[in-house]
Amino acid sequence: MAGRKLFKGNEAVAEAAIRAGCRFFFGYPITPQNEIPEYMSRRLPEVGGTFVQAESEVAAINMVYGAAGAGARVMTSSSSPGISLKQEGISYLAGAQLPCLIVNMVRGGPGLGGIAPAQSDYFQATKGGGHGDYRLIVYAPASVQEMVDLTLGAYDVAERYRIPVMILGDGVLGQMMEPVSFPEGSEPENAPQRPEPEWATRGARGGRAPRIVSSIYLKPEELYKHNLRLQEQFKRAEAAETRYEEVRTDDAEVLLVAYGTTSRVCRSAVEKLRTAGVRAGLFRPITVSPFPYKALGERARQVKAVLTVEMSLGQMVDDVRIAVAGAAPVDFLGTTGGVVPKAADIVERAAALARHGAADQATREGIS
Amino acid sequence: MKQVYAVPKSLRPVPTHYCPGCTHGIIHKLVADAIDELGLRDRAVGVASVGCSVFSYDYFDCDFQQAAHGRAPAVATGIRRAVPDAIVFTYQGDGDLASIGTAEIVHAAMRSENITVIFVNNAIYGMTGGQMAPTTLVGQKTTTSPRGRQPALAGQPLRIAEMLATIPGATYVARVSTTSPAHIARAGRAIKKAFQVQAAGEGFSLVECLSTCPTNWGMSPVDAMAWVEKNMIPYYPLGEFRTPEMPETPERGQANG
Repeated sequence: MAGRKLFKGNEAVAEAAIRAGCRFFFGYPITPQNEIPEYMSRRLPEVGGTFVQAESEVAAINMVYGAAGAGARVMTSSSSPGISLKQEGISYLAGAQLPCLIVNMVRGGPGLGGIAPAQSDYFQATKGGGHGDYRLIVYAPASVQEMVDLTLGAYDVAERYRIPVMILGDGVLGQMMEPVSFPEGSEPENAPQRPEPEWATRGARGGRAPRIVSSIYLKPEELYKHNLRLQEQFKRAEAAETRYEEVRTDDAEVLLVAYGTTSRVCRSAVEKLRTAGVRAGLFRPITVSPFPYKALGERARQVKAVLTVEMSLGQMVDDVRIAVAGAAPVDFLGTTGGVVPKAADIVERAAALARHGAADQATREGIS
Repeated sequence: MKQVYAVPKSLRPVPTHYCPGCTHGIIHKLVADAIDELGLRDRAVGVASVGCSVFSYDYFDCDFQQAAHGRAPAVATGIRRAVPDAIVFTYQGDGDLASIGTAEIVHAAMRSENITVIFVNNAIYGMTGGQMAPTTLVGQKTTTSPRGRQPALAGQPLRIAEMLATIPGATYVARVSTTSPAHIARAGRAIKKAFQVQAAGEGFSLVECLSTCPTNWGMSPVDAMAWVEKNMIPYYPLGEFRTPEMPETPERGQANG
């Protein structure tokens, strides 16, 4: 499969996980990610792996905990309401420092919401989601190929820092088909054999000392130290794993900031703006946690205005404001409920920002 | 001289945090005895639940995972699937298993997960200070049923062993008591049998152990033992509800090894 082949996003991420060494999948059906468990139920037995359809998202994420605690490369996937149910388990995984892969094909909320694509779970994905002081590593791919590439490396990253990795997609990325190529030699039979981690609970063989996988620290001083350890691991990941892409930002006067599906619309808006004589550029976070604060902050120093575009009523824009730190006005354009922003609306807003700079920003803030 | 008693090797020689008169200590020993006698210690992975037994991994001398409230059977499923030759057991109380964890225990039995569940039923939430559990008897006073459990408000107590015995995947289901030497001897045999069922790859096994909570029942340990025999055993009858020898469950035990 060295050549390019059309893949649906959901199936591509599943195949990529298998090629990255995933041999255990625990899931529960929810639209728009059902092709992932369906693909896994078909494909995993072919490579000696195990698929279990759990009784709930709650059970699925706890099965992930058990298998991850036994040192397995394990995965689950879901969409927004299901990810809410998994948050308890995600908090425990983070607390017990268990590497794993969680795919979230976000749909509109709150509540049952809808099944159309959304980015309204940015806060949940990047600011914790479950209870406690922890962060996940969250990738926000913008194409099926990028989803594959990020997934191929996801376990290495998760294991290096002992932090669960989330792939934050949406209904568009899960359902769309794009040509994909998998690297030569990435066939499942070539998946790396992972040595047993020194913390894995697989039975105290040969009389070795027992191991414990746990997230409980009842003494405040111990939990304090533990949480500082978690933070230290995340800081290491922040220093080495933060990723972003810039498009035509060298001379940009208006900087669009967007991730995932929305960044694709912004990319075409940048070209339209350039054609119309507006020097627009795009800053696209690839890791939304850790967020590329430093790079975005530096880029913002040269521009007249920043425009954050999201399929939400304003979530990542908070991080953008932290990054920009007053160096330029930060405007926001968002759609919600499963509606994708239109390039024409982005062009219009960005062109106005280029003409007027920050003059009328105050009146426009928060209105979209 | 013949040795007739020893501390099991699978139990660490440390003091426990359990209240005086609590039967967790007895049940821990029975589980450790079974693991020792069957030679399973170096393959054993336990799953601790949320409740008084949350720290049971401090007492068992084998690998352990600590699970979220009620989720031990799901965590055990993950371990079981990832390590096919491990001996996986959960140790859960009645608040954990019979309330918040009902979905997980029912579906672990449905899949006939090849795990052993030690279910400790003392008819109350112990660690949180004596609240009503699904297993609290009618009329029993707790901190959240101060007038005694009233069926009109809180329904009738849940009989877990009987309920799980209706599931085709449940290979071995028994209820035992820990209130007398004879009961304890029978409990030990049932727990050993449950581990044997797992070691033979025959599927899901569960032993419900009727237990005491002198602290939250407000009784002396001796009175608490008598209370189990007088009040709990009549509602929660002892015995084997499913065994591998019973013929009507051809589905069980084949799901996973």
